[in-house]
Amino acid sequence: MEEKIYACFLGCVIPNRYPGIELSTVKMLRELGVESVDMPGAGCCPAPGVFGSFDLKTWLALAARNICIAEELGCDIMTMCNGCYGSLQEADHLLKGDPLLKDKVNEILAPEMEYKGTINVKHQVEIFTDDIGIERIKEAITVPLDGLRVGVHYGCHFLKPSAVRGHGKAERPGMVDALVEVTGAKSVEYKDKMMCCGFGGGVRTRDLEVALDITREKITNMLDAGVDCTVNPCASCHLQFDRGQVEIGDIFGDVFNLPVLYYSQLLGLAMGYNPRELGMHKQNISTDPVLEKLEGLK
Amino acid sequence: MHMPVIKSVIRLNDLDIHFVDEVIKTGSEVFGEDVPKTIMACMQCGRCSGSCPSGRRTAFRTRTIFREVMIGFREKVLSSDELWYCTTCYTCQERCPRGVKTTEIIRILRNIAAKEGYMAKSHKMAAGYVFKTGHAVAINEEIQNVREELGLSRLPPTTHSHPEALAKLQDILRRTHFDELVGFDWETMELKEV
Repeated sequence: MEEKIYACFLGCVIPNRYPGIELSTVKMLRELGVESVDMPGAGCCPAPGVFGSFDLKTWLALAARNICIAEELGCDIMTMCNGCYGSLQEADHLLKGDPLLKDKVNEILAPEMEYKGTINVKHQVEIFTDDIGIERIKEAITVPLDGLRVGVHYGCHFLKPSAVRGHGKAERPGMVDALVEVTGAKSVEYKDKMMCCGFGGGVRTRDLEVALDITREKITNMLDAGVDCTVNPCASCHLQFDRGQVEIGDIFGDVFNLPVLYYSQLLGLAMGYNPRELGMHKQNISTDPVLEKLEGLK
Repeated sequence: MHMPVIKSVIRLNDLDIHFVDEVIKTGSEVFGEDVPKTIMACMQCGRCSGSCPSGRRTAFRTRTIFREVMIGFREKVLSSDELWYCTTCYTCQERCPRGVKTTEIIRILRNIAAKEGYMAKSHKMAAGYVFKTGHAVAINEEIQNVREELGLSRLPPTTHSHPEALAKLQDILRRTHFDELVGFDWETMELKEV
Protein backbone atom coordinates (compact mmCIF):
# COMPACT_ATOMS: atom_id res chain seq x y z
CA MET A 1 0.00 0.00 0.00
CA GLU A 2 1.20 3.49 -0.85
CA GLU A 3 2.04 5.52 2.26
CA LYS A 4 -0.74 7.95 2.80
CA ILE A 5 -1.24 10.72 5.34
CA TYR A 6 -4.68 12.21 5.82
CA ALA A 7 -5.81 15.53 7.25
CA CYS A 8 -8.05 14.46 10.12
CA PHE A 9 -11.25 16.49 10.08
CA LEU A 10 -12.96 16.36 13.48
CA GLY A 11 -16.07 18.51 13.05
CA CYS A 12 -18.15 19.13 16.20
CA VAL A 13 -19.81 15.98 17.55
CA ILE A 14 -16.60 13.93 17.58
CA PRO A 15 -14.22 16.15 19.58
CA ASN A 16 -16.92 17.84 21.65
CA ARG A 17 -19.25 14.91 22.50
CA TYR A 18 -17.74 11.54 21.46
CA PRO A 19 -13.94 11.77 21.62
CA GLY A 20 -13.86 7.94 21.71
CA ILE A 21 -14.62 8.05 17.98
CA GLU A 22 -11.55 10.18 17.29
CA LEU A 23 -9.41 8.05 19.58
CA SER A 24 -10.46 4.67 18.16
CA THR A 25 -10.39 5.71 14.49
CA VAL A 26 -6.93 7.26 14.62
CA LYS A 27 -5.61 4.24 16.58
CA MET A 28 -7.04 1.59 14.25
CA LEU A 29 -5.97 3.40 11.09
CA ARG A 30 -2.46 3.86 12.46
CA GLU A 31 -2.22 0.19 13.33
CA LEU A 32 -3.27 -0.59 9.75
CA GLY A 33 -0.67 1.77 8.26
CA VAL A 34 -2.63 4.97 7.67
CA GLU A 35 -1.41 8.12 9.40
CA SER A 36 -3.36 11.30 9.99
CA VAL A 37 -2.46 14.85 11.04
CA ASP A 38 -4.48 17.53 12.83
CA MET A 39 -6.24 20.28 10.89
CA PRO A 40 -5.41 23.35 13.02
CA GLY A 41 -8.31 25.77 13.26
CA ALA A 42 -10.90 23.64 11.48
CA GLY A 43 -14.46 24.21 12.66
CA CYS A 44 -18.00 23.07 12.00
CA CYS A 45 -18.21 21.39 8.57
CA PRO A 46 -20.95 23.07 8.63
CA ALA A 47 -23.85 20.60 8.82
CA PRO A 48 -25.19 20.29 5.26
CA GLY A 49 -28.87 19.92 6.10
CA VAL A 50 -28.78 22.53 8.85
CA PHE A 51 -26.55 25.37 7.63
CA GLY A 52 -27.30 24.38 4.03
CA SER A 53 -30.94 24.95 4.89
CA PHE A 54 -30.30 28.39 6.39
CA ASP A 55 -28.01 29.84 3.76
CA LEU A 56 -26.27 27.79 1.09
CA LYS A 57 -23.68 30.50 0.38
CA THR A 58 -22.54 30.68 4.00
CA TRP A 59 -22.53 26.89 4.20
CA LEU A 60 -20.34 26.68 1.11
CA ALA A 61 -17.89 29.36 2.24
CA LEU A 62 -17.40 27.76 5.67
CA ALA A 63 -16.93 24.33 4.09
CA ALA A 64 -14.40 25.79 1.65
CA ARG A 65 -12.48 27.34 4.58
CA ASN A 66 -12.10 23.88 6.10
CA ILE A 67 -10.96 22.39 2.79
CA CYS A 68 -8.36 25.18 2.45
CA ILE A 69 -6.75 24.09 5.74
CA ALA A 70 -6.19 20.61 4.30
CA GLU A 71 -4.95 22.06 1.01
CA GLU A 72 -2.30 23.95 2.98
CA LEU A 73 -1.26 20.65 4.54
CA GLY A 74 -1.24 19.00 1.13
CA CYS A 75 -3.36 16.10 2.38
CA ASP A 76 -6.68 14.56 1.43
CA ILE A 77 -9.30 14.93 4.15
CA MET A 78 -10.46 12.03 6.30
CA THR A 79 -13.93 12.37 7.82
CA MET A 80 -15.58 10.30 10.55
CA CYS A 81 -19.10 11.69 10.34
CA ASN A 82 -21.51 11.44 7.41
CA GLY A 83 -22.51 15.05 8.00
CA CYS A 84 -18.91 16.30 7.76
CA TYR A 85 -18.27 14.04 4.79
CA GLY A 86 -21.47 15.12 3.07
CA SER A 87 -20.76 18.77 3.63
CA LEU A 88 -17.10 18.84 2.59
CA GLN A 89 -17.48 16.36 -0.27
CA GLU A 90 -20.48 18.22 -1.71
CA ALA A 91 -18.77 21.60 -1.36
CA ASP A 92 -15.64 20.23 -3.03
CA HIS A 93 -17.76 18.71 -5.81
CA LEU A 94 -19.63 21.97 -6.46
CA LEU A 95 -16.47 24.10 -6.40
CA LYS A 96 -14.50 21.78 -8.68
CA GLY A 97 -17.37 21.75 -11.16
CA ASP A 98 -18.11 25.48 -11.34
CA PRO A 99 -15.23 27.96 -11.82
CA LEU A 100 -17.52 30.96 -11.39
CA LEU A 101 -18.80 29.64 -8.08
CA LYS A 102 -15.21 29.02 -7.02
CA ASP A 103 -14.35 32.65 -7.81
CA LYS A 104 -17.30 33.88 -5.76
CA VAL A 105 -16.28 31.77 -2.77
CA ASN A 106 -12.65 32.85 -3.07
CA GLU A 107 -13.75 36.50 -2.93
CA ILE A 108 -15.28 35.72 0.46
CA LEU A 109 -12.17 33.82 1.63
CA ALA A 110 -9.64 36.39 0.37
CA PRO A 111 -7.05 37.55 1.05
CA GLU A 112 -5.80 35.02 3.64
CA MET A 113 -7.26 31.92 2.02
CA GLU A 114 -7.91 30.55 -1.42
CA TYR A 115 -9.74 27.39 -2.38
CA LYS A 116 -7.75 25.70 -5.14
CA GLY A 117 -9.33 22.28 -5.57
CA THR A 118 -6.16 20.29 -5.01
CA ILE A 119 -7.31 17.62 -2.58
CA ASN A 120 -10.09 15.05 -2.15
CA VAL A 121 -12.51 14.41 0.69
CA LYS A 122 -12.78 10.84 1.98
CA HIS A 123 -14.99 9.01 4.43
CA GLN A 124 -13.21 6.64 6.82
CA VAL A 125 -15.24 3.75 5.31
CA GLU A 126 -13.52 4.46 1.98
CA ILE A 127 -10.14 4.51 3.69
CA PHE A 128 -10.75 1.17 5.42
CA THR A 129 -12.20 -0.36 2.25
CA ASP A 130 -10.07 1.09 -0.56
CA ASP A 131 -6.75 2.17 0.99
CA ILE A 132 -6.34 -0.63 3.52
CA GLY A 133 -8.59 -3.31 2.10
CA ILE A 134 -10.63 -6.09 3.66
CA GLU A 135 -7.80 -8.64 3.35
CA ARG A 136 -5.38 -6.54 5.34
CA ILE A 137 -7.96 -5.86 8.03
CA LYS A 138 -8.64 -9.60 8.20
CA GLU A 139 -4.98 -10.27 8.95
CA ALA A 140 -5.13 -7.81 11.86
CA ILE A 141 -8.09 -9.50 13.59
CA THR A 142 -6.84 -11.22 16.74
CA VAL A 143 -10.10 -11.62 18.68
CA PRO A 144 -12.80 -12.56 16.15
CA LEU A 145 -16.26 -11.40 17.20
CA ASP A 146 -17.88 -14.64 16.04
CA GLY A 147 -21.51 -14.88 17.09
CA LEU A 148 -22.08 -11.16 17.65
CA ARG A 149 -25.22 -9.97 15.87
CA VAL A 150 -24.91 -6.43 14.55
CA GLY A 151 -27.52 -4.07 13.16
CA VAL A 152 -25.55 -1.99 10.67
CA HIS A 153 -26.71 1.60 10.27
CA TYR A 154 -25.15 3.35 7.27
CA GLY A 155 -26.65 6.79 7.74
CA CYS A 156 -27.73 8.86 4.77
CA HIS A 157 -25.02 11.27 3.70
CA PHE A 158 -22.23 8.75 3.22
CA LEU A 159 -24.03 7.35 0.17
CA LYS A 160 -26.55 10.00 -0.85
CA PRO A 161 -26.99 11.87 -3.09
CA SER A 162 -25.41 8.99 -5.02
CA ALA A 163 -24.84 11.08 -8.15
CA VAL A 164 -22.52 13.34 -6.13
CA ARG A 165 -20.98 10.77 -3.75
CA GLY A 166 -20.19 8.17 -6.40
CA HIS A 167 -20.38 5.02 -4.25
CA GLY A 168 -23.08 3.40 -6.39
CA LYS A 169 -26.77 2.93 -5.66
CA ALA A 170 -27.77 3.62 -2.09
CA GLU A 171 -30.65 1.17 -1.66
CA ARG A 172 -28.60 -1.98 -0.95
CA PRO A 173 -24.98 -1.09 -0.26
CA GLY A 174 -22.47 -3.56 1.15
CA MET A 175 -19.36 -1.63 2.17
CA VAL A 176 -20.05 -1.26 5.89
CA ASP A 177 -21.55 -4.77 6.15
CA ALA A 178 -18.32 -6.17 4.70
CA LEU A 179 -16.22 -4.16 7.17
CA VAL A 180 -18.38 -5.43 10.04
CA GLU A 181 -18.32 -9.06 8.90
CA VAL A 182 -14.53 -9.15 8.53
CA THR A 183 -14.43 -8.84 12.33
CA GLY A 184 -16.35 -12.12 12.60
CA ALA A 185 -19.61 -10.43 13.63
CA LYS A 186 -22.76 -10.98 11.61
CA SER A 187 -24.53 -8.09 9.90
CA VAL A 188 -28.19 -8.89 10.50
CA GLU A 189 -30.85 -7.87 7.99
CA TYR A 190 -33.67 -5.79 9.47
CA LYS A 191 -36.68 -3.81 8.33
CA ASP A 192 -35.99 -0.42 6.76
CA LYS A 193 -32.25 -0.80 7.25
CA MET A 194 -31.49 2.18 5.03
CA MET A 195 -33.83 4.53 6.87
CA CYS A 196 -32.48 7.74 8.36
CA CYS A 197 -31.62 7.94 12.10
CA GLY A 198 -33.63 11.16 12.47
CA PHE A 199 -30.72 13.49 13.31
CA GLY A 200 -30.38 15.42 10.08
CA GLY A 201 -31.79 18.46 8.35
CA GLY A 202 -32.07 20.42 11.58
CA VAL A 203 -34.97 18.22 12.70
CA ARG A 204 -33.18 17.16 15.89
CA THR A 205 -32.64 20.80 16.82
CA ARG A 206 -36.07 22.12 15.85
CA ASP A 207 -38.42 19.15 16.45
CA LEU A 208 -36.70 16.70 18.77
CA GLU A 209 -39.76 14.46 19.16
CA VAL A 210 -40.06 13.92 15.41
CA ALA A 211 -36.36 13.09 15.19
CA LEU A 212 -36.56 10.67 18.14
CA ASP A 213 -39.67 8.98 16.80
CA ILE A 214 -37.67 8.05 13.70
CA THR A 215 -34.80 6.81 15.89
CA ARG A 216 -37.23 4.77 17.99
CA GLU A 217 -38.63 3.07 14.86
CA LYS A 218 -35.14 2.12 13.70
CA ILE A 219 -34.11 0.75 17.08
CA THR A 220 -37.34 -1.27 17.32
CA ASN A 221 -36.72 -2.76 13.87
CA MET A 222 -33.18 -3.75 14.86
CA LEU A 223 -34.25 -5.32 18.13
CA ASP A 224 -37.02 -7.23 16.35
CA ALA A 225 -34.27 -8.82 14.24
CA GLY A 226 -32.39 -9.87 17.40
CA VAL A 227 -29.30 -7.68 17.26
CA ASP A 228 -26.83 -7.37 20.14
CA CYS A 229 -25.77 -3.86 19.16
CA THR A 230 -25.92 -1.31 16.38
CA VAL A 231 -22.77 -0.21 14.53
CA ASN A 232 -22.44 3.00 12.52
CA PRO A 233 -19.80 4.92 10.58
CA CYS A 234 -21.20 8.36 11.48
CA ALA A 235 -20.75 10.48 14.60
CA SER A 236 -24.09 12.24 14.17
CA CYS A 237 -26.03 8.99 13.84
CA HIS A 238 -23.97 7.70 16.77
CA LEU A 239 -25.13 10.59 18.94
CA GLN A 240 -28.71 10.18 17.77
CA PHE A 241 -28.75 6.49 18.76
CA ASP A 242 -26.76 6.81 21.99
CA ARG A 243 -27.86 10.13 23.47
CA GLY A 244 -31.19 9.64 21.69
CA GLN A 245 -32.03 6.55 23.73
CA VAL A 246 -31.82 8.61 26.92
CA GLU A 247 -34.11 11.23 25.38
CA ILE A 248 -36.50 8.54 24.07
CA GLY A 249 -36.73 7.24 27.64
CA ASP A 250 -37.51 10.72 28.96
CA ILE A 251 -40.04 11.63 26.28
CA PHE A 252 -41.70 8.35 25.25
CA GLY A 253 -40.82 6.11 28.19
CA ASP A 254 -39.22 3.36 26.10
CA VAL A 255 -36.09 1.77 27.54
CA PHE A 256 -34.12 -0.13 24.89
CA ASN A 257 -30.54 -0.22 26.21
CA LEU A 258 -29.24 -1.08 22.74
CA PRO A 259 -25.44 -0.66 22.76
CA VAL A 260 -24.19 1.76 20.10
CA LEU A 261 -20.72 1.20 18.64
CA TYR A 262 -18.86 3.31 16.16
CA TYR A 263 -17.21 1.17 13.48
CA SER A 264 -13.65 1.68 14.69
CA GLN A 265 -14.74 0.68 18.21
CA LEU A 266 -16.08 -2.64 16.90
CA LEU A 267 -12.91 -3.15 14.87
CA GLY A 268 -10.82 -2.23 17.92
CA LEU A 269 -12.44 -4.99 19.96
CA ALA A 270 -11.64 -7.47 17.18
CA MET A 271 -8.06 -6.21 17.08
CA GLY A 272 -7.66 -6.97 20.77
CA TYR A 273 -8.13 -3.55 22.29
CA ASN A 274 -9.68 -2.96 25.69
CA PRO A 275 -13.08 -1.17 25.47
CA ARG A 276 -11.67 1.61 27.67
CA GLU A 277 -8.91 2.24 25.14
CA LEU A 278 -11.68 2.84 22.60
CA GLY A 279 -13.65 5.27 24.77
CA MET A 280 -16.58 2.87 24.95
CA HIS A 281 -17.13 3.56 28.65
CA LYS A 282 -17.79 7.25 27.95
CA GLN A 283 -21.16 6.87 26.26
CA ASN A 284 -24.73 7.18 27.54
CA ILE A 285 -25.84 3.62 26.85
CA SER A 286 -23.68 0.92 28.39
CA THR A 287 -21.79 -1.24 25.91
CA ASP A 288 -21.23 -3.93 28.57
CA PRO A 289 -23.90 -6.28 27.12
CA VAL A 290 -21.72 -6.62 24.00
CA LEU A 291 -18.70 -7.54 26.06
CA GLU A 292 -20.74 -10.00 28.14
CA LYS A 293 -22.14 -11.61 25.00
CA LEU A 294 -18.63 -11.97 23.56
CA GLU A 295 -17.39 -13.39 26.85
CA GLY A 296 -20.23 -15.91 26.88
CA LEU A 297 -19.46 -17.01 23.32
CA LYS A 298 -15.85 -17.88 24.09
CA MET B 1 -79.72 18.68 -6.86
CA HIS B 2 -76.78 18.82 -4.44
CA MET B 3 -74.77 21.98 -4.28
CA PRO B 4 -71.06 21.31 -3.88
CA VAL B 5 -69.65 22.43 -0.56
CA ILE B 6 -66.99 25.04 -1.15
CA LYS B 7 -64.21 24.31 1.33
CA SER B 8 -61.79 27.00 0.33
CA VAL B 9 -61.47 29.62 -2.33
CA ILE B 10 -58.17 30.27 -4.03
CA ARG B 11 -57.95 33.80 -5.31
CA LEU B 12 -55.57 34.27 -8.19
CA ASN B 13 -54.47 37.57 -6.67
CA ASP B 14 -53.21 35.70 -3.62
CA LEU B 15 -50.91 33.52 -5.68
CA ASP B 16 -47.38 34.32 -6.71
CA ILE B 17 -47.10 32.62 -10.07
CA HIS B 18 -43.43 33.61 -10.26
CA PHE B 19 -42.55 31.72 -7.08
CA VAL B 20 -41.18 28.73 -8.97
CA ASP B 21 -38.91 31.08 -10.96
CA GLU B 22 -37.69 32.59 -7.70
CA VAL B 23 -36.89 29.08 -6.41
CA ILE B 24 -34.96 28.22 -9.56
CA LYS B 25 -33.07 31.51 -9.50
CA THR B 26 -32.15 31.20 -5.82
CA GLY B 27 -31.02 27.60 -6.23
CA SER B 28 -28.99 28.43 -9.34
CA GLU B 29 -26.64 30.62 -7.33
CA VAL B 30 -25.03 27.61 -5.69
CA PHE B 31 -26.19 24.51 -7.56
CA GLY B 32 -26.36 25.94 -11.08
CA GLU B 33 -29.65 26.04 -12.97
CA ASP B 34 -29.83 22.33 -13.79
CA VAL B 35 -30.52 21.25 -10.21
CA PRO B 36 -33.43 23.52 -9.18
CA LYS B 37 -34.96 23.44 -12.68
CA THR B 38 -35.75 19.75 -12.20
CA ILE B 39 -38.82 20.84 -10.22
CA MET B 40 -40.48 21.52 -13.58
CA ALA B 41 -40.38 17.77 -14.27
CA CYS B 42 -42.46 16.85 -11.20
CA MET B 43 -45.50 14.83 -12.27
CA GLN B 44 -47.03 14.55 -8.79
CA CYS B 45 -46.62 10.77 -8.57
CA GLY B 46 -45.92 10.90 -4.82
CA ARG B 47 -43.01 8.51 -4.62
CA CYS B 48 -41.23 11.19 -2.60
CA SER B 49 -43.94 11.29 0.05
CA GLY B 50 -44.18 7.51 0.03
CA SER B 51 -40.44 7.24 0.75
CA CYS B 52 -40.31 9.89 3.45
CA PRO B 53 -39.45 8.87 7.04
CA SER B 54 -40.78 12.19 8.38
CA GLY B 55 -43.94 11.94 6.29
CA ARG B 56 -44.76 8.71 8.14
CA ARG B 57 -45.31 10.62 11.36
CA THR B 58 -45.99 14.25 10.43
CA ALA B 59 -48.10 16.21 7.95
CA PHE B 60 -45.01 16.84 5.80
CA ARG B 61 -45.82 15.89 2.20
CA THR B 62 -43.02 16.59 -0.26
CA ARG B 63 -45.37 16.15 -3.20
CA THR B 64 -47.82 18.71 -1.79
CA ILE B 65 -45.08 21.26 -1.21
CA PHE B 66 -43.86 20.89 -4.80
CA ARG B 67 -47.37 21.31 -6.17
CA GLU B 68 -47.87 24.39 -4.04
CA VAL B 69 -44.59 25.84 -5.30
CA MET B 70 -45.68 25.30 -8.90
CA ILE B 71 -49.09 26.89 -8.30
CA GLY B 72 -47.60 29.82 -6.42
CA PHE B 73 -48.58 29.39 -2.77
CA ARG B 74 -45.49 31.28 -1.74
CA GLU B 75 -46.54 32.42 1.70
CA LYS B 76 -48.12 29.09 2.64
CA VAL B 77 -45.02 27.09 1.68
CA LEU B 78 -42.51 29.45 3.28
CA SER B 79 -44.39 29.80 6.55
CA SER B 80 -45.17 26.10 6.99
CA ASP B 81 -43.69 24.05 9.81
CA GLU B 82 -43.77 21.01 7.53
CA LEU B 83 -40.99 22.42 5.37
CA TRP B 84 -38.64 21.86 8.33
CA TYR B 85 -39.51 18.21 8.97
CA CYS B 86 -37.26 16.97 6.14
CA THR B 87 -34.17 15.26 7.60
CA THR B 88 -32.39 15.61 4.24
CA CYS B 89 -32.08 11.82 4.02
CA TYR B 90 -32.24 12.01 0.20
CA THR B 91 -34.38 8.87 -0.13
CA CYS B 92 -36.95 10.75 -2.22
CA GLN B 93 -34.30 12.33 -4.42
CA GLU B 94 -32.71 8.93 -5.07
CA ARG B 95 -36.06 7.39 -5.98
CA CYS B 96 -37.70 10.19 -7.98
CA PRO B 97 -38.60 8.69 -11.38
CA ARG B 98 -38.37 12.14 -12.97
CA GLY B 99 -34.96 13.04 -11.59
CA VAL B 100 -36.28 15.92 -9.49
CA LYS B 101 -33.58 17.03 -7.05
CA THR B 102 -36.14 17.04 -4.28
CA THR B 103 -33.90 17.37 -1.24
CA GLU B 104 -31.85 20.18 -2.78
CA ILE B 105 -35.09 22.00 -3.63
CA ILE B 106 -36.26 21.64 -0.04
CA ARG B 107 -32.98 23.22 1.09
CA ILE B 108 -33.47 26.06 -1.42
CA LEU B 109 -37.03 26.65 -0.16
CA ARG B 110 -35.71 26.78 3.39
CA ASN B 111 -33.10 29.36 2.34
CA ILE B 112 -35.90 31.57 1.04
CA ALA B 113 -37.99 30.91 4.15
CA ALA B 114 -35.06 31.86 6.40
CA LYS B 115 -34.62 35.12 4.50
CA GLU B 116 -38.32 35.83 4.96
CA GLY B 117 -37.89 35.51 8.72
CA TYR B 118 -39.11 31.94 9.25
CA MET B 119 -35.94 30.63 10.89
CA ALA B 120 -36.80 28.92 14.18
CA LYS B 121 -35.33 30.25 17.40
CA SER B 122 -33.75 26.87 18.12
CA HIS B 123 -32.01 27.02 14.74
CA LYS B 124 -30.79 30.55 15.39
CA MET B 125 -29.38 29.38 18.70
CA ALA B 126 -27.52 26.49 17.02
CA ALA B 127 -26.12 28.97 14.50
CA GLY B 128 -25.17 31.24 17.39
CA TYR B 129 -22.69 28.65 18.66
CA VAL B 130 -20.86 28.76 15.33
CA PHE B 131 -20.55 32.55 15.65
CA LYS B 132 -19.17 32.20 19.17
CA THR B 133 -17.01 29.08 18.92
CA GLY B 134 -16.77 27.93 15.29
CA HIS B 135 -18.68 24.80 16.31
CA ALA B 136 -22.42 24.09 16.16
CA VAL B 137 -21.83 21.71 19.07
CA ALA B 138 -19.25 23.27 21.36
CA ILE B 139 -17.01 21.73 24.01
CA ASN B 140 -17.99 21.70 27.69
CA GLU B 141 -16.23 21.00 30.97
CA GLU B 142 -17.43 17.40 31.17
CA ILE B 143 -16.10 16.45 27.74
CA GLN B 144 -12.82 18.26 28.38
CA ASN B 145 -12.37 15.93 31.34
CA VAL B 146 -13.28 12.91 29.21
CA ARG B 147 -10.78 13.96 26.56
CA GLU B 148 -8.06 14.28 29.15
CA GLU B 149 -8.90 10.90 30.64
CA LEU B 150 -8.68 9.33 27.18
CA GLY B 151 -5.25 10.85 26.64
CA LEU B 152 -6.42 13.55 24.23
CA SER B 153 -5.79 17.29 24.50
CA ARG B 154 -8.41 19.01 26.71
CA LEU B 155 -9.33 21.26 23.82
CA PRO B 156 -9.40 19.82 20.30
CA PRO B 157 -7.06 21.36 17.70
CA THR B 158 -10.00 23.16 16.10
CA THR B 159 -11.22 26.76 16.39
CA HIS B 160 -11.44 25.95 20.11
CA SER B 161 -7.62 26.12 20.23
CA HIS B 162 -7.10 28.66 17.44
CA PRO B 163 -8.65 32.10 18.07
CA GLU B 164 -7.08 33.47 14.87
CA ALA B 165 -8.92 30.81 12.84
CA LEU B 166 -12.15 31.63 14.68
CA ALA B 167 -11.69 35.30 13.74
CA LYS B 168 -11.35 34.35 10.09
CA LEU B 169 -14.48 32.20 10.32
CA GLN B 170 -16.37 35.10 11.92
CA ASP B 171 -15.16 37.35 9.13
CA ILE B 172 -16.77 34.97 6.61
CA LEU B 173 -20.06 35.11 8.53
CA ARG B 174 -19.99 38.92 8.26
CA ARG B 175 -19.17 38.89 4.55
CA THR B 176 -22.03 36.56 3.67
CA HIS B 177 -24.37 38.63 5.92
CA PHE B 178 -25.16 35.51 7.89
CA ASP B 179 -25.08 37.70 11.02
CA GLU B 180 -28.03 39.70 9.69
CA LEU B 181 -29.93 36.55 8.73
CA VAL B 182 -29.54 34.98 12.16
CA GLY B 183 -29.73 38.24 14.11
CA PHE B 184 -26.36 37.94 15.79
CA ASP B 185 -25.07 40.86 17.83
CA TRP B 186 -21.27 41.17 17.65
CA GLU B 187 -21.14 43.45 20.68
CA THR B 188 -22.87 41.14 23.10
CA MET B 189 -21.82 38.02 21.14
CA GLU B 190 -25.38 36.78 21.57
CA LEU B 191 -28.51 36.63 19.43
CA LYS B 192 -30.37 39.91 19.35
CA GLU B 193 -33.74 38.58 20.48
CA VAL B 194 -33.51 35.63 22.84
